[in-house]
Amino acid sequence: MPSAIAESLAGLLLVATLVCAIIRPWGLPEALVAVPAAGLLLLLGVLPLNEAAAEVRSLAPTIGFLAAVLLLATFSDRFGLFEAAGAWMATGSRGRPVTLLALVFAVASTVTAVLSLDATVVLLTPVVFATVARLRLRPKPHIYACTHLANSASLLLPVSNLTNLLAFSASGLSFARFGATMALPWLAAIAVEWLVLRRFFAADLIGHTEASAVPRRPAPVYACLVLGLTLVGFFLTSVFDVAPAFAALGGAVALGVPLLRSRRATVRDVGVALQVPFLAFVLALGLVVKALSLHGLGSLVTHLVPGGTSLGSLLLIALVAAVLANLINNLPAVLLLLPVVSAAGPGPVLAVLIGVNTGPNLTYVGSLATLLWRRVLRQRGEELPISEFMRLGALTVPPVLIAATVALWISLMVVG
Amino acid sequence: MPPVRIVVWVVEGTWEGCIDAAGRSIPSGAQVALLHVTPSDVTGVAEAASAGLLGRAFPGRRPSRSFQDVADEAASELLGAAAARLGRQDAELLHRRGRVEREVIRAVAENVDLLVVARDGDHSRLGPHSLGPVTRFVVDHAPCAVLLVWPDEPPGIESIPPPPPG
Repeated sequence: MPSAIAESLAGLLLVATLVCAIIRPWGLPEALVAVPAAGLLLLLGVLPLNEAAAEVRSLAPTIGFLAAVLLLATFSDRFGLFEAAGAWMATGSRGRPVTLLALVFAVASTVTAVLSLDATVVLLTPVVFATVARLRLRPKPHIYACTHLANSASLLLPVSNLTNLLAFSASGLSFARFGATMALPWLAAIAVEWLVLRRFFAADLIGHTEASAVPRRPAPVYACLVLGLTLVGFFLTSVFDVAPAFAALGGAVALGVPLLRSRRATVRDVGVALQVPFLAFVLALGLVVKALSLHGLGSLVTHLVPGGTSLGSLLLIALVAAVLANLINNLPAVLLLLPVVSAAGPGPVLAVLIGVNTGPNLTYVGSLATLLWRRVLRQRGEELPISEFMRLGALTVPPVLIAATVALWISLMVVG
Repeated sequence: MPPVRIVVWVVEGTWEGCIDAAGRSIPSGAQVALLHVTPSDVTGVAEAASAGLLGRAFPGRRPSRSFQDVADEAASELLGAAAARLGRQDAELLHRRGRVEREVIRAVAENVDLLVVARDGDHSRLGPHSLGPVTRFVVDHAPCAVLLVWPDEPPGIESIPPPPPG
């Protein structure tokens, strides 16, 4: 097949895959288009079988790791971890909105780093919303903090974001070294978010209420202990040269077994939490992007992305990654960029992560998702005022991008 | 002559002071409505973040109650508390959703004599910036009289900086 046709077909199938994943017509699983799309590319020979096999081999451990992290987050929720965090934030804030915002920052950054951004978006944000409502404070700063930090604070560990997991295997870094190198960029991103949000929402951080409106809840000690040990396990795996996915698996088993025994979770719940259709989707998406990068787009990206680890190169890489993440979505963006930058060492790979992780705050979640989501809302007769989100994005994303990349450059010199 | 119709805009963080000030200023025969607006971007942003997870916001993991339900319940509780604090259980309770500043103006567009609004900006001194952007829009655009109150003790006169020399 001529390369131009092959490229157009792969491009078309990528768009179809992403569109269906976002709007999910009739609630059908996102894999429904992705898997046949990958199959079609294989069948037509656009994606050679040996290239596909290599891609599956490289993605499989990442997908296993992702499955374990998804279980870890869901089980923590079943132990009441997030409800307890909500009660703790309410009590700790003593009803003061600025103190509450600081605690939301601390909890959202930690949850994102340890249990992934999915946990912050799906499990923590509703708890924060309910907590703020019960305290009768204005929800805006706290909710925007959650959605922003789900992206910006997902820089720290390989488990914090699916993009990190994908890059982790490509970077050749150990878990501990990944975390040590990204600690400074992570802190820089959170600090910039704090400075901007604190000012941007000054008028909404007003008032003082009784914190007793939210009942106290005991912390789930066992779940916290298991999560702490899992975290230690992540770092220990790099010492003993074991895949860190095993630490996540160990944590998931330690949390899951008592839940299943006491019937607080069923086998069906475990199946749902594993999200097999989503895992299939990631694999199929990887194959579609692979086909696209084999036929032209890869060489185009190679021209755009500089090699080297000078500050200028790192900034340019982060910028290209952020733009790409906003255009298509960060998942395909990282799949497209990784093969190009991974030869240049861990620095450029981590700069890509800064771009694809923090960039999406500019247009919600990639412009494609934003457009589609607004259409879905409009069909429901609702409106999504987007101007304030975009204004906040324009104020935070550029400084976060620069601060985190400069921090990465310093980190690379110190940690090496 | 029809009774005076007053709308008190109830917002989290300033509502108590606003209700107290309204209570002192409202004539006893007036018709009172309490208004709360849920900003639609807050619930929209929270839901859109899930959409960006590309399917990882699996239905089985979605919270049992939507953000909208939580917001609606909180709004009706807040309005109920405001009516109780005002001591006017006969007050009409208005709950709206949307762009807050636009919805407030729409709510007072017809047959309203007075809108009671609390300042929500910098309250460490007497102006400038004692109004947040949303409140500023409402005060600017209100088609009726506006009673602008401090949600807490107003700062002293000495908080105004001296005029520039010359």
